[in-house]
Amino acid sequence: MIALIDYGAGNLTSVRKALTALGAEYATPASPDELKRFSALIVPGVGNFEATRALVGPWRDAIAGEVRGGKPLFGICLGMQWLFEGSDEAPDVPGLGVLPGRVTRLQGDADKRLKIPHVGWNALSFRSRGPYGYHTALLRALDDGAHVYFTHSFAAPVTDACVAETRHAETFAAVVERDNVFGVQFHPEKSSDAGLQILRNFLEVARAC
Amino acid sequence: MLTKRIIACMDVRDGHVVKGVKFQQLRHAGDPAELAARYNVEGIDEVVILDITATLESRRALADTIHAVAQRIFLPLTVGGGIRSEGDAAAAVDAGADKVSLNTAALKHPELITTLARRYGSQAVIVAIDAKRRGDGFAVYVRSGTADAARDAVEWAREAESRGAGEILLTSMDRDGTLSGFDCEMTAAVADAVNIPVIASGGAGTVEHFCEVFTRGHADAGLAASIFHSGSVGVGELKRYLRGQRIPVRL
Repeated sequence: MIALIDYGAGNLTSVRKALTALGAEYATPASPDELKRFSALIVPGVGNFEATRALVGPWRDAIAGEVRGGKPLFGICLGMQWLFEGSDEAPDVPGLGVLPGRVTRLQGDADKRLKIPHVGWNALSFRSRGPYGYHTALLRALDDGAHVYFTHSFAAPVTDACVAETRHAETFAAVVERDNVFGVQFHPEKSSDAGLQILRNFLEVARAC
Repeated sequence: MLTKRIIACMDVRDGHVVKGVKFQQLRHAGDPAELAARYNVEGIDEVVILDITATLESRRALADTIHAVAQRIFLPLTVGGGIRSEGDAAAAVDAGADKVSLNTAALKHPELITTLARRYGSQAVIVAIDAKRRGDGFAVYVRSGTADAARDAVEWAREAESRGAGEILLTSMDRDGTLSGFDCEMTAAVADAVNIPVIASGGAGTVEHFCEVFTRGHADAGLAASIFHSGSVGVGELKRYLRGQRIPVRL
């Protein structure tokens, strides 16, 4: 059973719909104490990093504890940004901090007509460098260059945890994976077949636990 | 590289897809969920449902339509037409819409743009502008193109952005349903004036028209209805053509 964390950041209808279509069993825990009975966690979210303030305190502590204990955690969009130490979008709100680095505002490029927010379908570039290389659980059965749907103004830096990056006016982390921590900056639930495959890959990881 | 988006629009009345010419002469064009599923297979990037009746009875039918479409496709889904209040927007989002498109209500109550952007994020708020050429400018019309709003499209798009809109859906009333090509001048005028994506609509008839609006019109996305419904231009065929013209698309 997967815990879908609802902290009021955007609408979860489409994430629920995708999980249902893939045959996943999931529920939305009402309090952090309930996390123990779940085998994996998903932190979705759309909008401003400020919304993650609702997680500061008991939720953040409980999620950190479950992740330390080895449970798989999947952050989607704002949920992925939250895996990092914090964001310039709401500097006084701490992230979960399981991945090093800070989330910063994307820069556009007026000359090239690259606008912010970065909205639409962009390509994943798999990273062959770094300790994880191509051998990632989340990108199984996906092609390098696959297109996925983004909509965001802030992004995480490319670090060792980044297994696929995407380029707009600058290059940012599109997919992160380190041990039992996973995240995607885009919306797999809105990314047609490629997105469903990534969700399926996480469900495989969750089932194996 | 960010690709140019191809968006299929379904004008929906009482649960059926309909299509007219220059906002008139409606005729049936199919079942929304079936059409959306077909577009997904063909490689459409987004789907827009526009409720063109917006009576109280059709509101409930619309929620059913949104739900039926959302079950079939895992793509960004926009709903517009008759969204007048935060409650209307919430009903659309709860039924499965990722974005709502505001038109008449945004002009009448521009603060609604900000309210919805705060609640759902700017990425969820599209301001739709129906405009036609007048002199050197582009006159905005409301109420399905029947009433002059006494605003210019460029100036209104700027204001919509400043109030929190995440995208502009710009429809040329002169070109709508004519298959004679997008109004590239109008699209470029608006796209150059704002920093948010502009979706060009109205007039798509051939694959070349999309190429023009992405190059000369500076559009971020191109929207069409009738040519996709009838199959006179296939989504896959269109995207392969665009790639051949060095326009980045998702294939």
